[in-house]
Amino acid sequence: MRPCKLASINQNTYPDTLPDLRNLGVMLRILIIVNMIGLVAALLKTPAWDGIMQEFMDIAMITQPMLLLNILLLYTLHKPLSRLPYRTGAGIILVLEITLITLVYTWLTWLTNHSTGLADIVRLWILTVVIVVILLGYFNLRNRALSPAFSEARLQALQARIRPHFLFNSINAVLSLIRSEPRRAEQALENMADLFRTLMADNRQLSPLADEVSLCRQYLQLEQLRLGERLQTEWFIENMPGDALIPPLVLQPLLENAVYHGIEPLSTAGMISINIYRKRNIVHLILRNSYQEKGSSHHNGNKMALNNIRERLALHFDAEGKLESQISDNIYQVHISLPFTAARNNHPQNRYP
Amino acid sequence: MPPLKIAIIDDETPARNRLKDLLQDCMSSIPTEVIGEAANGMEALSLLQARTCHIALLDIRMPEMDGLELAQHLRKMQTPPTIIFTTAYDVYAIKAFEVHAIDYLLKPVRQQRLQEALVRSSTAMPLQQEVLQKLLHPRSRTHLSIRERGKIHLVPVNEIIYLRSELKYVTARTHTREYLLEESLVRLEEELGDHFQRIHRNCLVAKNHIAGFEKITDSDEAGWVVLLKDLTEKLPVSRRQQAVVHEHGRHS
Repeated sequence: MRPCKLASINQNTYPDTLPDLRNLGVMLRILIIVNMIGLVAALLKTPAWDGIMQEFMDIAMITQPMLLLNILLLYTLHKPLSRLPYRTGAGIILVLEITLITLVYTWLTWLTNHSTGLADIVRLWILTVVIVVILLGYFNLRNRALSPAFSEARLQALQARIRPHFLFNSINAVLSLIRSEPRRAEQALENMADLFRTLMADNRQLSPLADEVSLCRQYLQLEQLRLGERLQTEWFIENMPGDALIPPLVLQPLLENAVYHGIEPLSTAGMISINIYRKRNIVHLILRNSYQEKGSSHHNGNKMALNNIRERLALHFDAEGKLESQISDNIYQVHISLPFTAARNNHPQNRYP
Repeated sequence: MPPLKIAIIDDETPARNRLKDLLQDCMSSIPTEVIGEAANGMEALSLLQARTCHIALLDIRMPEMDGLELAQHLRKMQTPPTIIFTTAYDVYAIKAFEVHAIDYLLKPVRQQRLQEALVRSSTAMPLQQEVLQKLLHPRSRTHLSIRERGKIHLVPVNEIIYLRSELKYVTARTHTREYLLEESLVRLEEELGDHFQRIHRNCLVAKNHIAGFEKITDSDEAGWVVLLKDLTEKLPVSRRQQAVVHEHGRHS
């Protein structure tokens, strides 16, 4: 067993990591928090109601250029920073910020030929340190608060996935093949083994999209065994970025829902179509299936699966991971979009050699 | 002993094949003959009416009409087959089967269990309507069944415009004709209440067939009537149910 596997057994130690500085959600949080601090400072400093806005503008004069430069700088430096140990990374960010504030300060005094009202440089240094510590502390706490959610997400992924209905019906279908078509029965059992290997794996880490797609194909082959002609599938994946990283088991449960709610209640054939492509830096996964309006009893299971996927997308991509679903003209559609991040070359592409 | 005549009803072909294999395996101890197969409740109903059948192996979850609803309609047959439910996984139904001592088989089915169920079937009690209705809850029937000249006739619930009780019977009105049902209006309301609106002590109207309401003032029975989308007939709204008129106005 590899050492990293051992480490994951101890669920309580979740390593401190810097926030993903290129994530829109993280940037927004930084902007909001710093401006809130500015507003609080303005409120504290000014006794009169009218002066607050003026004071806030004064503060913003130095914080806004600071923030913008900051976000640009951290965006570009994210990659090297994320490779460093947490403490070193945080230290470097602190040094960067102090350098930055000194530069902005000198630039502003040169521009206005006068001190900016926020007095001398030493005070700015202290303020910068305080704000950086608050922000890093916040992100670290948030990370820790969410880390049990990561292991929970894994558990949920395990529990919510694969309806027992599918498991037992599939086993039954394989049993029916053993006498007449032993070869097909063998293949079906192999597919089932792969499916369960993924289901029981540690699913907290992102994995390449191509892996998920091949898992989905195996899953659909199993369903085909039971449903035969009733299940029609269409894949549009010519422009799929196979190396894009996604949370495992994002697509498969959606297919399972599509079969359960869309195909099985139909006595005629039903269609599932999967469309995956990359547009600029966003990966889109669109799944459509035939759908017949019926009693509301089935909807709960579906909602649970959607919420589960939504949660995991939020854990990994914050505001940039989205899942939308809609029904129109007897077609049910789920649209997932998430930021494109390529798997590193040394990533174990094939987990089952 | 003549072979037991058996019908296999399941929407999945492999599942039907598996049961046929198992029946073959049981042949030495219990001779059986498969008289036919069906992939949903509708097909099964015509199969079972066309041929003599002792035992129906009936899957629960099927498209069009599921096994639990089919079992209700089958009760109206002159000599209904004994029903043995089969299911892969249905926690709710299984619990109910246990409570009411109804025989069922879990898929994948074991030969031993199938054999036992076949032996027991000769002494099995016919299924009770009330029990089946409870099993179906909270789902509702997609069809009502009527026995006419020895045949079971299915009326799709979504084609019924209104249900009205007259003396002993309840009449179900569709576009083309009326049917007499042997069920009480109260029970139909309990089951189909989501789709039907009570407008009178003796009348339920399908919500999606209501075109509007009209106030009648000239006759001595002044009050509101329901206008229907496809029939010229007007149905009176009783004084007690008048709230529905205002509610409908608010929703549309």
